[in-house]
Amino acid sequence: MTIVETSLGPGGRLAALPPDWPGGYWWHWLVFVVIILIFVVVMVMAFIYMERRGLGRLQARLGPNRAGPLGILQPVADAIKVLLKEDIIPAKGDKLVHWLAPVVAFVPALMIFAVIPFQDGALLVDLNIGILYIVAISSVATVGVFMAGWASNNKFSLLGAMRDVAQVVSYEIPLVLSIAGVVLVAGSLSMNEIVEAQSVPFILLQPLGFLIFFMAACAEVNRTPFDLLEAESEIVAGFHTEYSGMKFALFYLVEYTEVLALSAIITTLFLSGWRGPLLPPFLWFLIKVVAVFFLIFWVRSTIPRLRIDQVMAFAWKCLLPLALINLFITGLEIVALPEGLPWFLILVNIAIMVVLVVLWSGFFKLGGGRVEV
Amino acid sequence: MGLEIAFWALAIVGVVAALAVVLLRDVFRAALSLVLCFLAVAGIYVTLSADFLAAVQVLVYVGAISVLIILAIMLTREVQRGSPSNRLRLPAFVVAILFFGAVVFAMVNTPWQVVDVPPLEPTTSALAFKLFGEGGFILPVEIAPVLLLAAILGAIVLVREK
Repeated sequence: MTIVETSLGPGGRLAALPPDWPGGYWWHWLVFVVIILIFVVVMVMAFIYMERRGLGRLQARLGPNRAGPLGILQPVADAIKVLLKEDIIPAKGDKLVHWLAPVVAFVPALMIFAVIPFQDGALLVDLNIGILYIVAISSVATVGVFMAGWASNNKFSLLGAMRDVAQVVSYEIPLVLSIAGVVLVAGSLSMNEIVEAQSVPFILLQPLGFLIFFMAACAEVNRTPFDLLEAESEIVAGFHTEYSGMKFALFYLVEYTEVLALSAIITTLFLSGWRGPLLPPFLWFLIKVVAVFFLIFWVRSTIPRLRIDQVMAFAWKCLLPLALINLFITGLEIVALPEGLPWFLILVNIAIMVVLVVLWSGFFKLGGGRVEV
Repeated sequence: MGLEIAFWALAIVGVVAALAVVLLRDVFRAALSLVLCFLAVAGIYVTLSADFLAAVQVLVYVGAISVLIILAIMLTREVQRGSPSNRLRLPAFVVAILFFGAVVFAMVNTPWQVVDVPPLEPTTSALAFKLFGEGGFILPVEIAPVLLLAAILGAIVLVREK
């Protein structure tokens, strides 16, 4: 019975960067803050381009292809357009809160990247509570959305904000429970150590956890089957109805930064982060992030938006029990096999996932007799 | 030195935010000040090397409790008029002064222990052993969820449609 290795041997950390690379505390800070800012801005532009072109392809149209070769300057053109627009504040709105809201939403999204390892040891701070820090920080962003919805003095903004909070609070529970499965297998909360524990990507050892995390996280960052807080046909543009110009651009940036953060977190937790053969580690990290993002907008172009009651029912009646079962089974496996998880467990876990998903999807059939969810 | 600057900055922000919660007329802004106050407290935990506690403080107080308070404010009618004072103003003031005096008295008269040992690194596993290990606090950890469950059931019973 061969065991899945969940720790690096003494020879495995040769390429690790020292924690104060490139020498000195303040240099480390400066270099990594600049790296993170550039990474976020460049990747967000790339994501916007990929999504607009890729979504076009998936919908059998061309997508924007006029600005620059292959339309590659389209995000730049979008940014310039939005920056030149007039900044409008509602006359009866709360001006200070209206101004602060995009900042409060953006800062947590950016702070997530402080603990994302781009390479072995290449991260701003290797917190030993890494993933908990991410969960805590990302929950602050809700306050920003709330502030925007309130300060706009607009019923659609307020409705959008209230939908957001209902959705985020509900989906946070399965999200955290599915992370707990990964933490149990890895034996650490630190993002870098979680990557080091993955000689096989945890998507194989935790397939059900990955599914739950992916769906719950898509709901957390309001991607399309769950983008109810900006459902155009129902509540105009949701919480940012009254935003224009630079402040709207910031909310747009927040949306894509959160998706980027989500892709990076999934890469780190389930796809073994920077690990991979042949190519340099940071390139593996980038490839996996882009692959996860492709999956996210593929889902967006495939599945129509859910109704609000369906979204809530899905969180409480489907994801929550599945996440609890997943955590229970993972804990059972860890306790029953204290010397390590054997390889055949991958097949067992995938089988468990298939059975559970098929079983639970039976409760949520639409049109086939049971209309109610 | 750096820690001292951090402490005073966080302490001032925390106290000003806490005062703003009480003194601001606009209830929504008062709730936002509460969020700021919670964040300042989390920052103080960080300066005390209690990183796990800081993260949980942000997660529970900022991410959950504040959000619920704000949601409750949004569901309240006539928020625009602010928080009007009522007849309980004076008793509340007396109770607050008494509480403040008790806290100050307790703080001044406690023989605080100062330890020279450097803070534990990493904190998570030590905390886990303390909470769930042998001779730890497993019983209180188990009682707290039961209490919460009872509270949730009570809330459901209260709002259930007949």
